[in-house]
Amino acid sequence: MTLLGKLDWSAVPLDQPIIMGTVGGMVVAIVSILSWVTLKGYVPYLWREWITSVDHKRIGVMYIVLALVMLLRGFADGIMMRTQQAVAAGGAQGYLPPEHFDQIFSAHGTIMIFFVAMPLVIGLMNFAVPLQLGVRDVAFPTMNSISFWLTASGVLLTNVSLAVGEFAKTGWFAYPPLSELQFSPGVGVDYYLWSLQLSGIGTLLSGVNFVTTILKMRAPGMSYMRMPVFCWTALASNLLIVAAFPVLTALFAMLLLDRYLGFHFFTVDAGGNAMMYVNLFWVWGHPEVYILVLPAFGIFSEVAATFSGKSLFGYRSMVLATMTICVLSYTVWLHHFFTMGASASVNAFFGITSMIIGVPTGVKVFNWLFTMYGGRVRFTVPVLWTIGFMMSFVFGGLTGVLLALPAVDWQVHNSVFLVAHFHHVIIPGVLFGCMAGYNYWFPKAFGFRLDERWGKAAFWCWFIGFHLAFMPLYVTGLMGMPRRLQHYDVLAWQPWLLVAEVGALVILTGIICQIVQIVVSIRHREQLRDTTGDPWNGRTLEWSTASPPPAWNFAVLPRVHELDAFWAHKQRVLAKQRLPVRQHAYQPIEVPKNSPVGFATAFFAVVSGFALIWHIWWMAGFGVLGAAATLLAFMFRTKDEVEIPADQVDLFDRAHPVEVSL
Amino acid sequence: MNVAVEMNAVRQGESLDISEAGPAPKRIIAGFGFWIFLLSDIVMFSALFASYAVLAKASAGGLTTVQLFDQRNVAMETALLLLSSYSCGMMSLAINSRRYLATFLGAVVTFLLGAAFLKLELREFQGMIALGAAPERSAFLSAFFTLVGSHGLHVTVGLAWLVLMIVQLSLRGFQDVVVRRLHCFSLFWHALDIIWVLIFTVVYLMGVLP
Repeated sequence: MTLLGKLDWSAVPLDQPIIMGTVGGMVVAIVSILSWVTLKGYVPYLWREWITSVDHKRIGVMYIVLALVMLLRGFADGIMMRTQQAVAAGGAQGYLPPEHFDQIFSAHGTIMIFFVAMPLVIGLMNFAVPLQLGVRDVAFPTMNSISFWLTASGVLLTNVSLAVGEFAKTGWFAYPPLSELQFSPGVGVDYYLWSLQLSGIGTLLSGVNFVTTILKMRAPGMSYMRMPVFCWTALASNLLIVAAFPVLTALFAMLLLDRYLGFHFFTVDAGGNAMMYVNLFWVWGHPEVYILVLPAFGIFSEVAATFSGKSLFGYRSMVLATMTICVLSYTVWLHHFFTMGASASVNAFFGITSMIIGVPTGVKVFNWLFTMYGGRVRFTVPVLWTIGFMMSFVFGGLTGVLLALPAVDWQVHNSVFLVAHFHHVIIPGVLFGCMAGYNYWFPKAFGFRLDERWGKAAFWCWFIGFHLAFMPLYVTGLMGMPRRLQHYDVLAWQPWLLVAEVGALVILTGIICQIVQIVVSIRHREQLRDTTGDPWNGRTLEWSTASPPPAWNFAVLPRVHELDAFWAHKQRVLAKQRLPVRQHAYQPIEVPKNSPVGFATAFFAVVSGFALIWHIWWMAGFGVLGAAATLLAFMFRTKDEVEIPADQVDLFDRAHPVEVSL
Repeated sequence: MNVAVEMNAVRQGESLDISEAGPAPKRIIAGFGFWIFLLSDIVMFSALFASYAVLAKASAGGLTTVQLFDQRNVAMETALLLLSSYSCGMMSLAINSRRYLATFLGAVVTFLLGAAFLKLELREFQGMIALGAAPERSAFLSAFFTLVGSHGLHVTVGLAWLVLMIVQLSLRGFQDVVVRRLHCFSLFWHALDIIWVLIFTVVYLMGVLP
């Protein structure tokens, strides 16, 4: 069957009940959602208001929905691994065969980093950054839509690998020579590479978009030192994207050339150099850590200041610390492979830089603590996530300082001690931050708050479950347990792994609480409604417009005179004891026109990606041509913007009086 | 954009620092965004350069740099590409003064020089493959073909873009959006020159060092 390349019925793992059950469930879920949407007649609405939308707020929401759905998939992988390791001790083999277990740990890492953490962070930046900057959209709205849909294509391909073929069995970083054709002849690595190439291009375009937005589009009067800290951290994060993701693109291109055209970049023969892959991977990979965590630091800063009713302690040192981390993150990559065999001096250099990067991070922690100190702290859900973060992250960071010592690293390299460490920084750092941001900005996005009680229950389950799940791994790591074991003979590890399994179940309870939270909140949305646009007594500009904000965000661009512009404005109004007279001289506003380009490009990208994975060359050509034709059609589009007439802006502003307008 | 209107109002009101001037006009935003994209492209090339530097000596018993590189051909390629940048610069001047004929002329000359460059590069590649120095032969050749070929691919994309811009210019004239895209194209074309100068130095000159 050359027409379909390598694809035939043997690609569908019909003999694997676990996979087929999952696939069946997914197919049923997708089909029922699609048919429900179609029967209810929501398709035109979805197409008009979401799929073709180039509004940064809508795109942000779609990123977050995508990430939360993938969080379920990534977590399912995680709990399957925990369950396997809880039972597969001694002679027992557990319920997952090795080749399936290998795919699960690879998929878990890939999904959690690229399709949960990244879209969560980029989604929150998309939603909040233009609002905080006091502008109407990002620099390139249509490109923003393309970025999102390319990320979604990567997600789709990764999920297709579950049903058709297999996923990589190489771990989430796909080191050669294992990931070379000689040792991984299946399509798993190809799924990995093409999914990440597509979503990587999307991420890179997002980075370009946000750097331009933050540097070139801010409300009048908003100098750099008047930007909210979240915008600063978003700037740092996107600078890192622009400087790091092209390395990943180049690296994956090289591995693809090895696999498809017989090149010799990383092969064991003909002079290939596998360690070059490892180096280049972490030249991207370490900045990636900060791409994820810096925006989360920004969210914690906003939350700490807002709910303490104080301005952020040490704003300037926070900015400086952020930008220092941004630069230093390029000087530490070798600590991911101290055991490579570099000289002691090289290892010492990277060990020292890794420890130095703890200093600006420490500055940040003290700033948050001093922000809360003496404040009237309101213990809302975002604050709980923030405090939970501070308590765990310091501990996780300290184990990182331990690992930065090459001599210690040699002892625990590739053990579950390392697994415990990086989960200990990524989950409290990135995930808790995004959960804080999700609870914090939800009322801005939808006009009603999330239920507090279920939100708090979710936090406590996550917080306790997380520690139960990962503290034992430090212990078994020190006992010598390597990562990624499908089964093991050392029975002394098993009690600890059983505790870890309980932790995973507690986290599962937390996730269920979050699902209940959203359902309950939607059902009680009238009680939770926020009509002021400023439910938390906020400090930054996003709270000065209606919730949800109109497509144009601000009827008149706000004038900024200081940091925490909205807060200062409210203080002035309070001091004068009268509301400013609202001016009604509205101007017509031009907003970017909706465009199906992003969706169409992504459609063709999925077609070509799938075709390339299965060597269906005619289909790959069709996909590439289709994507090119789509972009060509976009290039020849004559109308980029639609005008919102002044009276419509006026009407909206009258219907949604915000408490204090700037 | 009515943002511009508000900006003027701001400017008249008080003299402000440039960082407080409010959103920049579209022309600036487009150009700046494209600069950032070009930087990311250069980072991508830097990864390819790094791999080439690591693998340049890994010829695995096959032909090496000294045996393969033909200085005369490379000199001609360089001359063609640098001249095409000159004509691209002339085209930018013609766009700034909104002269059709000179713009078309600049575009056509740039296209021809770029195409001639590509022709020479492809001839060099064919020659090497005929000698048995194909990318599958050794890690050095993989890195060479990938680095130089990526630059060639960029030139090809640039040529296709230029053709599209000529079409757009004849259909739509000097509309703002067309001028912005031509401006981005010239940035792209000059960036390719910078990369070529590095390839010329790192690959070809250093490759024939004794």
